[in-house]
Amino acid sequence: MTITKNQIKTHGLKINEYEKIKELLGRDANLLELGIFSAMWNEHCSYKSSKIHLKRLPTRSSIVIQGPGENAGVIDIGDDDAIVFKIESHNHPSFIEPYQGAATGVGGILRDVFTMGARPIALMNSIHFGSPQNKKTQNLLSGVVSGIGGYGNSVGIPTVGGETKFNSTYNENILVNAMAIGHANKNKIFYSKAKGLNKSVVYVGSKTGRDGIHGATMASAEFDENSEEKKPTVQVGDPFTEKLLLEACLELMKDNSIISIQDMGAAGLTSSSVEMASKGKLGIELNLNKVPCRENNMTPYEMMLSESQERMLIILDDKKEVEAKKIFDKWDLDFVVIGKTTNTNRLVLNFDNQKVADIPIAALSDEAPLYDRKWTKVKLSKNKIKIKDLKKIKIEDALIKILSSPNHSNKSWITDQYDQVVMCDTVQKSGGDSAVIRIHDKDKAIAISVDSSANYCKADPKSGGKQIVCENWRNLISVGAKPLAITNCLNFGNPEKPKIMGEFVECINGIKEACEFLNFPVVSGNVSFYNETNSKSISPTPVIGGIGVFNNIKKILNIKTKKPGNLILAIGKTLGHIEQSAFLKENFSISDGPPPEVNLTNEKNNGLAVLKLIKENFVLSAHDISSGGMLVALAEMSMASKLGLKIYKPKKLINSIEYFFGEDQGRYLLEIDKTNLKKIESSLKKSNIFFEVIAEIQNDMFEIEKTFSIKVNDLYNHNNKWYHGFNAVN
Amino acid sequence: MKSSVIVFPGSNCDRDVAIALEKLQFKNSMIWHKETELPKSDLIVVPGGFSYGDYLRSGAIAAKSNILSEVINAGKKGALILGICNGFQILIECGLLKGALLRNSGLKFISKNILVKVQSNNNKFFNKYKTNEILKLNIAHNEGNYFTDKKHLEELENNELIPLKYCDEKGNINLKTNPNGSINNIAAIFNNNKNILGMMPHPERMVDKILSEEDGLGLFLSLMN
Repeated sequence: MTITKNQIKTHGLKINEYEKIKELLGRDANLLELGIFSAMWNEHCSYKSSKIHLKRLPTRSSIVIQGPGENAGVIDIGDDDAIVFKIESHNHPSFIEPYQGAATGVGGILRDVFTMGARPIALMNSIHFGSPQNKKTQNLLSGVVSGIGGYGNSVGIPTVGGETKFNSTYNENILVNAMAIGHANKNKIFYSKAKGLNKSVVYVGSKTGRDGIHGATMASAEFDENSEEKKPTVQVGDPFTEKLLLEACLELMKDNSIISIQDMGAAGLTSSSVEMASKGKLGIELNLNKVPCRENNMTPYEMMLSESQERMLIILDDKKEVEAKKIFDKWDLDFVVIGKTTNTNRLVLNFDNQKVADIPIAALSDEAPLYDRKWTKVKLSKNKIKIKDLKKIKIEDALIKILSSPNHSNKSWITDQYDQVVMCDTVQKSGGDSAVIRIHDKDKAIAISVDSSANYCKADPKSGGKQIVCENWRNLISVGAKPLAITNCLNFGNPEKPKIMGEFVECINGIKEACEFLNFPVVSGNVSFYNETNSKSISPTPVIGGIGVFNNIKKILNIKTKKPGNLILAIGKTLGHIEQSAFLKENFSISDGPPPEVNLTNEKNNGLAVLKLIKENFVLSAHDISSGGMLVALAEMSMASKLGLKIYKPKKLINSIEYFFGEDQGRYLLEIDKTNLKKIESSLKKSNIFFEVIAEIQNDMFEIEKTFSIKVNDLYNHNNKWYHGFNAVN
Repeated sequence: MKSSVIVFPGSNCDRDVAIALEKLQFKNSMIWHKETELPKSDLIVVPGGFSYGDYLRSGAIAAKSNILSEVINAGKKGALILGICNGFQILIECGLLKGALLRNSGLKFISKNILVKVQSNNNKFFNKYKTNEILKLNIAHNEGNYFTDKKHLEELENNELIPLKYCDEKGNINLKTNPNGSINNIAAIFNNNKNILGMMPHPERMVDKILSEEDGLGLFLSLMN
């Protein structure tokens, strides 16, 4: 039987790619082999369009134990503690089936973390939906949120925050990015590289079913009006089995019986076995009759391409099988030796006593196509918004409009569906600049923040790329943590189009520049291309998940103002950059012009100065200034504590609107005690940091001198309205 | 004081409650569901989580597990038993407590800090609190909407068998202060002998001042009394 053109196409491969397959095999492939190639060579698994650019990102620093290329990144947080973390997309499945798509996104990222020997300690996410007016949005929002909660709550890992955004660019392609963070002993990290000949290859976890076949291929193509038909490619999650698998794996990891371990994620049994063998420069031979199947009469093709969840592949030390099996028996999970490592450097599959596939491992991994795709520079808009037209609007009305908009509304409707405190180590839940999780049984903690700024990236991908890294850095600093490293999830359109590829390349360049400057390496990540429907692409949306560390659990800050009479200090210069601001978008539906400039030197100096003030115990609460500008940040601090603020009028020759709503970067708000002002001033002057005293905390009323005054409680009500109205049961 | 925490596949608050117990010097053992014998204990805790994935019905499968028959025997002999969240659901499913826990009236999983008012301290579990004291505790459940028949409800109300009701900061107990639709704002109930307590809020999540208020401590302190 020869492979037809149509079969090549339905497997998401190009004709020239199949020619290369024939060359590598020295013959025609059979259908099973074609399926295996398609699973390994698709964009999702091979990174064929992104690899050459990702290589430019900085991935090392003194605290990096494991950078990209493993199941997750690993960093050293002192003593014997390591943090294992990664963010990953599950965009395509979540659009087709929001509950299961989001749930299995969470399940997959959790496995990436516990595969490495870490106990997951927190989950975060970044979810993007279409316009609230789009008729699909409500259902997608509700399904995705239930799915994220349903999985994390059941496994018993706190979901401590993230971000939710709405923009018509995601009408037909939502984004669901999930991040998992785990804690491990740095001397007991487990890797996926196979070692040793004739070692048992063990299948553990759930049985293999017919769900998710070709899931990774589906996620490597655009959508069209028939996308609904792709529902069978969405996997079904079982958080209960995940919890058992987690406990069983961690129990097995207590001794030294595991040589290597890999979860069966995208492209299931195929990619897990190929990756282990490829990293170990070995071959692998499997007897598919041994694979535990959920359904009868499953074919080798279905077994190899199924993306059934909650499964792992382990290469086990000799003679440890009996002990290992006992652990999996205790947890009522399958434990079956399905093959062995070989010296052939080939993937050999047997079924019913016949060899059904025989492929060189290198053909599936090292020889996978790699593209340096054409890209074009993005045209930047230089338009300046004429402020004259905008003066008519009252500051108070503009503020309320922003606070009650979908993108700035309080998200408790979402976060109340997530168990944020299970495991009893959550120091700070969602709603602040970063979530804070204590390291169990220790006096230290980590901060986690997830950020994106698609509007900025669309206007200027390079500057936007820099900006998100900086915003993430700032969010970690605002709670008092020292930023250590990031993971990224790069969500883009079709890379075969030079314009999209240009957005990607320039975003990477921006991320690279900022990460290098801030010594903030990228240790793991994921690329999601083809977020496109009928040739309409999403805005470029790189998402950054950052980790910071506290060595003293008593110095954790939040955004709640503490005491009337205290002052608010703004660190960093306010120039009033209004283009691409939330102010223009929410009040005038304008998104034009360049995003705010990112000055990395200022960013770094301001951040380090804030950390120094925090260390010296001068800071009582803190908040970074981001979307919405200074006034929105001040309102958020007020609403968190229910204390008011008296805000001074700007002394400089700057328009009030630009001053209060401009989105200049590198700025922080700090609450300080009046009596410390002199000391702080001299310290900041010495290090050449720009600052101004902008407000004083008072009871009840949120006001700008001689401009307006509103009860904090009223602001709070405006901020808490939208979600409940939008999701009211009709 | 000796305590035993029962661990089912899918339990996920077992460690949290064990830490709270050990903090208060309980000598605690973790008991795997496949065990057939319980060590001698002054307190048995059935913890929160999703035992057996909550498949079939929350708590239904756990109620049939090996160790549960031992728990039932101990309970009938007067041992103190505390069921938290999924543990409450299990105690209902196995018949140690009466009534039913339905799906939340809002049809969503709810996890947040709520307030409850202590209705009665005349029992082993709440004697360190004052009657009418308002406590901040955390809830995290999908099926916490307690329901029972009229006769049983009267029994509960008339015999101080409802130790906690959901309220607001002023202590008002009404529909507005009811997070899940629970009848009469019930957050916890006793059996007739008051040796078995089922509660939806998690006291073990409120015992560490680095993380939260410490309103849950009183319950564990009461049990030491």
